Amino acid sequence: MSETPILECRRLGIDFGGLTAVDEFDLTVGRREIAGLIGPNGAGKTTVFNLLTKVYKPTRGTIMLDGVDTHGMTTVQVNRAGIARTFQNIRLFNNLTVEDNVKLGQHNHINYGLWSGLFRLPSYWREEKAAHERALDLLSIFDMQDMADAKAGSLPYGAQRRLEIVRALATEPKILLLDEPAAGMNPSETAELMENIRKIRDTFSIAVLLIEHDMKLVMGICENITVVNFGKIIAKGTAEQIQNDPVVIEAYLGKKEA
Amino acid sequence: MKLLTNKTTRSNTITYAVVVISFVLLQLWSGAGMSSSLKGMLVPICAYVVMALSLNLTVGVLGELSLGHAGFMSVGAFTGTTAAMALAQSIPSDGLRLAIAMVVGALFAAIAGFLIGIPVLRLRGDYLAIVTLAFGEIIKSIFTNLYVGFDGGLRVSLLSNQTGIADNDLIIRGPMGIGGITKISTFVAGFVLIMLTLIVIFNLVNSRSGRAIMALRDNRIAAESVGIPVTKYKMMAFVISAALAGAAGTLFGLNYSTVVANKFDFNTSILILVFVVLGGQGRMLGSIIAAAALTILPEVLREFADYRMLVYAIVLILVMIFTNNPTIKGFFTRLFSKKQEGGANQ
Ligand SMILES: Nc1ncnc2c1ncn2[C@@H]1O[C@H](COP(=O)(O)OP(=O)(O)O)[C@@H](O)[C@H]1O
Ligand SMILES: [Mg+2]
Repeated sequence: MSETPILECRRLGIDFGGLTAVDEFDLTVGRREIAGLIGPNGAGKTTVFNLLTKVYKPTRGTIMLDGVDTHGMTTVQVNRAGIARTFQNIRLFNNLTVEDNVKLGQHNHINYGLWSGLFRLPSYWREEKAAHERALDLLSIFDMQDMADAKAGSLPYGAQRRLEIVRALATEPKILLLDEPAAGMNPSETAELMENIRKIRDTFSIAVLLIEHDMKLVMGICENITVVNFGKIIAKGTAEQIQNDPVVIEAYLGKKEA
Repeated sequence: MKLLTNKTTRSNTITYAVVVISFVLLQLWSGAGMSSSLKGMLVPICAYVVMALSLNLTVGVLGELSLGHAGFMSVGAFTGTTAAMALAQSIPSDGLRLAIAMVVGALFAAIAGFLIGIPVLRLRGDYLAIVTLAFGEIIKSIFTNLYVGFDGGLRVSLLSNQTGIADNDLIIRGPMGIGGITKISTFVAGFVLIMLTLIVIFNLVNSRSGRAIMALRDNRIAAESVGIPVTKYKMMAFVISAALAGAAGTLFGLNYSTVVANKFDFNTSILILVFVVLGGQGRMLGSIIAAAALTILPEVLREFADYRMLVYAIVLILVMIFTNNPTIKGFFTRLFSKKQEGGANQ
């Protein structure tokens, strides 16, 4: 028997009124796997992330996280259970510093309460010091420790995307969901990001599921790729299999050229 | 140790310093020829400063609009004053009795904040504003129709006096409010309350809980995605804000010989909101300056008689320019060499 996968969706689906945005969605992500989710615009990729993180309640289907059914969990509970994400439309805490953004990712791993904070008890100093060091450590993955005191909202676009990844990592997830992490980045930034995603997987021993438009990035680092179109899976396989699948070429690549 | 961002620490230190220095100067002046009308304003100024600071916690730090903040002041004024009068015999020390009364006022306002917070904090934006407005009015009606007396134990009745105590011997006498109060509030107590309020707000903002509160303000969906429960931290900010307003209400109530519910109406809520907006959301020093300046102003303006409202409007605009204008802010930033840069959380 193989070990339980970190994430397992079965026949997941959601309707918005009459519109079926996602249907019959099956996905298995193994431990320490980097998996890809691709498809044309409006295919339902982001909606899958919103289902996994309970931003939307699934109309049908099950989501198992590390062997535990997440049915009935809230966004907050799912995060505590081990799913962290970034957003296609960047959602940082813009008026707070870069360091505070990362510390907010650490929120559930900082161990002092309201009173210790108000009265600055020893636990406050100890935990804040540890959180500060941890934040700088995490920022150093992307060489961002020098930006710690800058307002998150004032960062350049690429840095904001990287900060979102750092903040998600700070929650100590079992699986990291990245929604178009390379959007808006130039080719050299993208290449660097690919390297870093691999590094993150290796250092933290976590799984990564990423949505991407940049085919090169997906093909380059994803071990398994799922292709969706109109809310349904149209193909699954390795980069090579996907690239040569006529259905994918027609639905995805063909459409893109049209 | 570079634990807290230096900018924030510096800005907070400036705020504490401004309050301490103002207190010392005013205290010296009040012992040397301050007009009695101005002296009489010192405690109300402190109360309004705390009101503005506490509302800034809801509006600036949590990012929710509240139009009923005077309701919490009212709760604090009535419950705190009642406590002080009921304890008049058992606790002869004015200072101690005032402190206990403020704790009582803060506690009851916190409870009111919690109760109103349960429905209110599930609402967003305009709905929240409307419900807080209604809350302020409800509190006003309750205290207008409340009769409370003390004959060894507390006797309470609503709508008419059924406490079994003669009308004249009641503490809270319905529409007539509380009368015959022994004024025990002092400027020193007001100063201490302002300092405590600042400590609570600054320490909160720079702690794990405060960060979570500001995260909700900046991006609720992102906050949930990193495991921050929305209702818990909204409630925390709202209740702390209410408690501080309650203490301010007690300070205010115990500064006069009578307290009536009409004093804490919608206009008062709006006035406090004006302090916050003028002083800048999330900027505590701004709230202090705006509250102090605009409380004292009508008094000072008596001399201008007919031009009073005109001058008031001009000063309002000036305060707004000084506290919110980026150019002027930039000027002070350079003047204090990077010392300014916003308040607790910007
Ligand atoms: N909250 C919603 N209400 C209605 N329709 C939605 C909602 N969220 C997504 N959709 C629809 O679901 C489909 C998939 O969208 P999305 O998942 O964002 O696509 P993408 O693959 O580009 O990320 C789109 O047709 C979109 O309009
Ligand atoms: Mg999308």
